[in-house]
Amino acid sequence: MNIPVECYLVLSSLLFFIGVFGFVTRRNLIAMLISIELVLNAADLNFAVFNRVLFPGQLEGFFFTLFSMGVAAAETAVAIAIIINVYRNFHSDQVNSIKNMKL
Amino acid sequence: MNIDYSQFLNMVPEVTLTLLLVIAFIADFCSAKNTLRKWFNPLMCVLMLVHVLVNLGPTAAATTFGGMYITGPSIGVIKSILALGTLIVLIQAKEWLSREDTAFKEGEFYMLVFSTLLGMNMMVSANHFLLFFLGLEMASVPMACLVAFDKYRHNSAEAGAKFILTATFSSGVMLFGISFLYGAVGTLYFNDVAARITTSPLTIMGLVFFFSGLGFKISLVPFHFWTADSYQGAPTTVTGYLSVVSKGAAAFTLCAILMKVFAPMVEYWQYLLYIVIVLSITVANLFAIRQTDLKRFMAFSSISQAGYIMLAVVGNSAMSVTALSFYVLVYVVANMAVFSIISVVEEHNDGTVNMNSYDGFYKTNPRLAFLMTLALFSLGGIPPFAGMFSKFFVFMAAVNGADVTATNGALAYGVMFVALINTVVSLYYYLLIVKAMYIKRNDNPLPTFTSSVNTKLALALCVAGIVAFGVCSGVYEWINMASLM
Repeated sequence: MNIPVECYLVLSSLLFFIGVFGFVTRRNLIAMLISIELVLNAADLNFAVFNRVLFPGQLEGFFFTLFSMGVAAAETAVAIAIIINVYRNFHSDQVNSIKNMKL
Repeated sequence: MNIDYSQFLNMVPEVTLTLLLVIAFIADFCSAKNTLRKWFNPLMCVLMLVHVLVNLGPTAAATTFGGMYITGPSIGVIKSILALGTLIVLIQAKEWLSREDTAFKEGEFYMLVFSTLLGMNMMVSANHFLLFFLGLEMASVPMACLVAFDKYRHNSAEAGAKFILTATFSSGVMLFGISFLYGAVGTLYFNDVAARITTSPLTIMGLVFFFSGLGFKISLVPFHFWTADSYQGAPTTVTGYLSVVSKGAAAFTLCAILMKVFAPMVEYWQYLLYIVIVLSITVANLFAIRQTDLKRFMAFSSISQAGYIMLAVVGNSAMSVTALSFYVLVYVVANMAVFSIISVVEEHNDGTVNMNSYDGFYKTNPRLAFLMTLALFSLGGIPPFAGMFSKFFVFMAAVNGADVTATNGALAYGVMFVALINTVVSLYYYLLIVKAMYIKRNDNPLPTFTSSVNTKLALALCVAGIVAFGVCSGVYEWINMASLM
């Protein structure tokens, strides 16, 4: 069975924009982090699909996917550590409650 | 498979930085609870100086690791500039690091700084999008730890959260753009992408997404929202590091990638840059006028300076890289001087960074006030100092070879004109601080204090740079020769 490449691209674009929308509208730090993961996954999916369907002879896209997954994990670890620190300082993980600094 | 280990000889800066990282780790481990501790900072500064000196000589052009890693004269120059900036940061960090709540994690500071610098070097030297991405992440993830370094202070925690969330988000957007490029050309080597790329909706989308990713790093205007909060909340030393070294590396990389990889799409990214530069310079200047917190003020000033840095790229000529490197060099010394003074005032006066507290600063600390004035004059671009020449070269690079009668050339001149008018605005708000220090009356100005040897050394280096880079035209010639070699 052959799934046309457009289907994958529609899926990855949907993932990307759901991620962007979530990042902008969600007011919870963890939810924002999850939205960012959606954006990263959309990019990973694109790499894998382009490699598999358009350039089947090579592995560059797959390698990029693997590396970006590893990097995303490292980023998430640091982000979670910082969010825990925010929680300790402010006793909340809501964006609205951490606004010491303003224009 | 055999690896040719002689390839590593082409990456001396990375190798010495890795060694520094290991030495910092061991030294931290060995001096944790004994009298050797007070030699920790001098040791790190000396090692950093060695790193700067080892890599000061001209770098031969070379491509290694299957074409993934590239080095050359202009890349060597920007790496030296970044290392010099980091050296100044390390020297002036001492006063902040000896505070009680940071002294016990002094070692972490050096390790994080070295790893970010290593990441930036990788990013600058990348010739493949994967290496570029890894370098960018290696520069930004430890940077988030540095921003959140004062973890018991609310502002630092808040700044760290804002920094890491926007940094990951922007790198996600950038990856999405790179994936489009990959889909369009089927390779990620810079040279091959440049050879195969054509203007199509897919590559334009890729270009815009990619640009937004690096735009976040340089904090150009539509992507600048994190800058003010992160700069204000981060420890002052880290803010200095973030505003000069990190920004310089990202600006150079963006310049190299736009001019090399996206060369066939030049008219598209030039229009993009026109809009972004005008917005950055104007909006940031307007916001800077109404700030009362000095660090926040410097954040907006650095956004507008980023606009000036990108002005060099608009010209898309051989002069661009030279003008950009020179601008970054001058910006490093001037901005680090300002941040060193903010930092030392903050440490001696219970963390005050408010602009009002600088009223009458000249009465009690005349020398610091004078140095601050020099640095602000350089940032604003007043003639005898280096800032004026760097701005001049950037303007010259922007309209280099532009034809006024053609639409594109006229636009280039227009953007330059807007930037020129904005220097007047920026002069106004830089002089606000000078006015506060010299003219404003204050019944109880900040008390007189003596800064440590480290701060004096850092300030001496910065001021020597501000004066020397302005007076000696040799520096620009040196960068120019190195870039054209």
